[in-house]
Amino acid sequence: MISLSGVAAQFTELALAVLLAPLLTGWVNQCRAWLQNRSAPPLLQPYRVLNKLFQKEVVLAYGASPLFRVAPYLIFGCLCAAAAIVPTLGTDLPLNAAADAIALVGLLALARMFIALAGMDVGTAFGTLGARREMLVGFLAEPALLMVLFTASLISNSTSLATIAATLAHKEFVIHPSLAFAGVAFTMVSLAENARIPVDNPATHLELTMIHEAMVLEYSGRHLAMIEWAASLKLFVYSCIGLVLFFPFGIASGGDWLGLVLALPALLGKLALGGALLALIEMLSAKMRIFRAPEFLGTAFLLAVLAMLVHVLLER
Amino acid sequence: MTLLATPLHQVLALACAWLVLGALGLLRQDSVRWTTRILYPAGAIVGLALAIVALSAIFDPAAALVLPLGLPDLPFHARLDALSAFFLLLLGAVAAGVSVYAGGYFRQAQGTAPGLVCLYFHVFLASMALVMVADDAYFFMVAWETMALSSFFLVTCDHDQAEIRRAGYLYLLIAHIGAIAILLCFGALQAGAGDYTFENMRALQPTAAWATAAFLLALVGFGAKAGIVPLHVWLPEAHPAAPSPVSALLSAVMLKTAIYGLLRVTLDLIGSPLWWWGVVALVLGLVSALGGIVFAAVQTDMKRLLAYSSIENVGLIFAGFGLTLIFHGFGKGALAALALTATLYHCLNHAFYKSLLFLCTGSVLHATRERSLGRLGGLIRRMPWVAWCALIGTIAIAGLPPSNGFVSEWLLLQAFLFTPGLPQGYLNMLVPVAAAAVALTAALSGYVMVKFFGVVFLGQHREARLAEAHEAGIWERAGLAWLAAACIFLGLVPATVIGLLDPITRTLTGHGIGNFARGWLFLAPINAERASYSPILVFAVAALLVAAAWLGVRAFYHGRARRAAAWDCGFPDQNARMQDSAEGFGQPVRHVFEPFFRLEQHAPAPDDARPRFSESAEDRLWYWIYLPVARAVERLTALVTLLQRGRISVYLAYSFATLLALLLFAR
Amino acid sequence: MLQHHGPQLVNLLASVMLLLAFAMLSQRRIISLINLFAAQGFTLFLSTALVAWLTGQDHLYASALLTLALKVIALPWILHRLIRRLNVKWDVETLINIPTTMLIGIVLVILAFNLALPISLLAGTVTKATLGIALACVLLSFLMMITRSKAVPQVIGFLAMENGLFFAATGAVYGMPMVIEFGIALDVLVGMLILGIFFFRIRERFDSLDTRHLERLKEL
Repeated sequence: MISLSGVAAQFTELALAVLLAPLLTGWVNQCRAWLQNRSAPPLLQPYRVLNKLFQKEVVLAYGASPLFRVAPYLIFGCLCAAAAIVPTLGTDLPLNAAADAIALVGLLALARMFIALAGMDVGTAFGTLGARREMLVGFLAEPALLMVLFTASLISNSTSLATIAATLAHKEFVIHPSLAFAGVAFTMVSLAENARIPVDNPATHLELTMIHEAMVLEYSGRHLAMIEWAASLKLFVYSCIGLVLFFPFGIASGGDWLGLVLALPALLGKLALGGALLALIEMLSAKMRIFRAPEFLGTAFLLAVLAMLVHVLLER
Repeated sequence: MTLLATPLHQVLALACAWLVLGALGLLRQDSVRWTTRILYPAGAIVGLALAIVALSAIFDPAAALVLPLGLPDLPFHARLDALSAFFLLLLGAVAAGVSVYAGGYFRQAQGTAPGLVCLYFHVFLASMALVMVADDAYFFMVAWETMALSSFFLVTCDHDQAEIRRAGYLYLLIAHIGAIAILLCFGALQAGAGDYTFENMRALQPTAAWATAAFLLALVGFGAKAGIVPLHVWLPEAHPAAPSPVSALLSAVMLKTAIYGLLRVTLDLIGSPLWWWGVVALVLGLVSALGGIVFAAVQTDMKRLLAYSSIENVGLIFAGFGLTLIFHGFGKGALAALALTATLYHCLNHAFYKSLLFLCTGSVLHATRERSLGRLGGLIRRMPWVAWCALIGTIAIAGLPPSNGFVSEWLLLQAFLFTPGLPQGYLNMLVPVAAAAVALTAALSGYVMVKFFGVVFLGQHREARLAEAHEAGIWERAGLAWLAAACIFLGLVPATVIGLLDPITRTLTGHGIGNFARGWLFLAPINAERASYSPILVFAVAALLVAAAWLGVRAFYHGRARRAAAWDCGFPDQNARMQDSAEGFGQPVRHVFEPFFRLEQHAPAPDDARPRFSESAEDRLWYWIYLPVARAVERLTALVTLLQRGRISVYLAYSFATLLALLLFAR
Repeated sequence: MLQHHGPQLVNLLASVMLLLAFAMLSQRRIISLINLFAAQGFTLFLSTALVAWLTGQDHLYASALLTLALKVIALPWILHRLIRRLNVKWDVETLINIPTTMLIGIVLVILAFNLALPISLLAGTVTKATLGIALACVLLSFLMMITRSKAVPQVIGFLAMENGLFFAATGAVYGMPMVIEFGIALDVLVGMLILGIFFFRIRERFDSLDTRHLERLKEL
């Protein structure tokens, strides 16, 4: 059952995700700089930042527990596992039988829980503030993401991501109105979960406006590098989920070596386009007050529920 | 020994063993060593034996017995089938862990004498075991009432405090309202035949009206014991008032006896449920789940938080049960089996992780004498064993992979995904909304558990004397380890557990889900393309990646670390009161879900010399339902006091009038 | 190809209309509200034109052009001018908060979908599945009218309701007779002008466009 092309696709996808994630972040930053008419940092800057951070010494607070030290690796591991499940190049992945869409959401939630606990570990005001806000964003964004994935599952009659990708990519071209609703909801959820404007400003220096950055204020050195890498990996994973659900054309079906090779430029092209779109959305919106975030996410959640209802009405 | 031949005999003997252990506690009432060193560990061994017997009994056919006890014409009937065996397994395994823990916990005598506590404890366990094997209404009610009374005495262990007495009173009141409803339900089920055995009730086919009446009464009666909104108000009072091992048993096992009763009455005794009963149960379950977890988010007492979380989990179990009834009513047997499997799995999971968490709070309480979240913090450094076990429990209760909580949630969500195939239009659309509510509840429970673990175990000590907290004793650690290991086991091999649940779903719904995938490693309840999950693989892959990341970083870079003061953006004067309090962490939920609460806030005026701020979030149902009902009852009973004249001639006149009435009208 | 995907495109446009109705329900700012209303009118124009092309009913082209002229160009222009002259820039205030409004909206959508199911089985058009969505749009716009306290959003809710009714008509019976359409269009236009005058009178009397002040006109 496990084919060689499947194993090759699995390893390539995982390596691609881990290695290309900072490049995606760098590309988004560059697009944003272009749109704001200023000169951009070089495309490979995130790699240089990671390298610099890895070489630095870690400074731990006196009260930090073993959970604090081990959390960055746990978060990185969970996100890598999530990246291994999402089909980006091919749909014949051996790990697909191990985890489906619900498990994917569960892994992302596990990573979020660990980072929130790490934020609370040292016991500073900003750490706990960030943890609280992250869980606030999380408890509304997670069900919204689950409902978006359920809409896709109802269309393809399966919760396995490979089957969803295969169904949506290789069926004859059908317009699903429910996916329109799901798409809007998914965009809103991605913006919130990846700490992008309009929910959180990734480049802010004001602690009272931070959500994600406030939790990691106490981290330094290689720990901070792992967390930054995990954050860019999270953006990569969300982009790939979006591509699987809404633009799955180009993903190779099982056992097709040529398809796998062709899928790589298709993926890069789609990610580049997605990154530019993200920069455009960030440019056109302003960051909202933290207590508008539940309304924003509540709207996303209700749109996702509406997507399921529209599916039941119009597509049976 | 033919007396212990069949599993049913063995179960009854083990229940008697618990009763004997309880009676032995009376021998030396004030001796702590006698109870904790000898009796509780013996009780743990009995529990373990019960679990082993029940495990093998799940696969046996049903066995029945008539006991020589009871009234002359109403002997006790006992029966052991797959459903009873499953719940006995749950009881035995959890009781083993909790008894071992109690051997270390009840070191100091508080309020009640230790021998009496031992008596009530073991009578409680024995009565729960007898509820599960009872096969007629009389035996069932005797065991049920014994369970309620013994748990009442356990809850009011510390009866010196007025609020604990009040909690016990409320508990007993609602337990009895439930018991009356259950009695009436059995009355409706026996349909005038006068024979109260379950065998008779199974054979009868009641009309739809009587069956509906019986179901609604059972829902009220067992729901009152399980803690469904609106009959849940006793749970957040009683569970925190009891000592921690007792709270663990109440939350983990006693609520499940109510679920057992409901399953027994609906799927076994009534036999053919109507689909709209499932809608009632589903709606009640979802309302309880959402209400429970929203209230849990604003609590400042760690045991109340866990009690409200129990309400949430019982709500999810009821939702799964409702889904089973809906599928069963429409004749979709395989899907009903899936929903029932999810419900039973969730019962099992909840029993283990909730008892684990309550026992951890017990250790924290012992070490710090603080229950309020505002005075705890940073205990992971002083009590690492308890903290890591609590972390396992937290991950399990939040429903995150690879824990057991995730498996039951996964199964429940898979069952929900099948509902758009139902023939009824409204159900088709209402159930995706229900799935959304379940997802929201799961996400909120993650939030609440991060609050619980973070405020209690992480951060800095909020009170200076927390620095002297000591780690839990060896007995306590053993109990925690047993329960944590069970949580991990149930999470990693779900296919085996589903194989265990298969006989039960076959007897109750006529179908089993089996396993269509490649053996014990994968869980694929419907078919392998539709959905498949392998927790061992997920765990292995994640662990491999974590190890690879750690080794990779070590190989390419160095591992130097240095300790310094916390950064906190350069603020120099940090103290422990600057971290988030429990109220602060709950504030976003309070803000988003404001209509649920009745908020009372007292803010200081600008010119207050000693400003104080207080805010309390209370249950609206208390003011909407309970207080008006209590006032109405008081008014009614005030009318009865008119009869009390105080003069002897009036009372003699009452007796005379009754005698005349009987002579005239009763011929 | 378009012939084959035509009904799916109509369904897609119907979903976009529902999306816009929800967006209007949750929108706080008045200018965005008017723009969303214009967008909904444009979607209506597109779907009417598409149905006309698919079924060959030429009078629907005229309806589509009427919708374009009235709902996309004329009415939003009038509303924008009114906003500027009234100097209104506030955020929309709601009587119940937005998440609760959206929850009630979801319940209404479920109700509308279920009520429309038997009717859509009877209709003989190619767009019968969209009746549920049209009914949902009407109910949502009604909800918007009820839960807003200022006058301008209430009027926009009324106009959006008319959008929904028009969409339902196109979906169920391929549009109404042209006489009725012209009559409704004239009513709507005249109604807008009169309501515009009312805005000024209310503002003059109460110094605010909050319609809750109209309660003061009671006898007691």
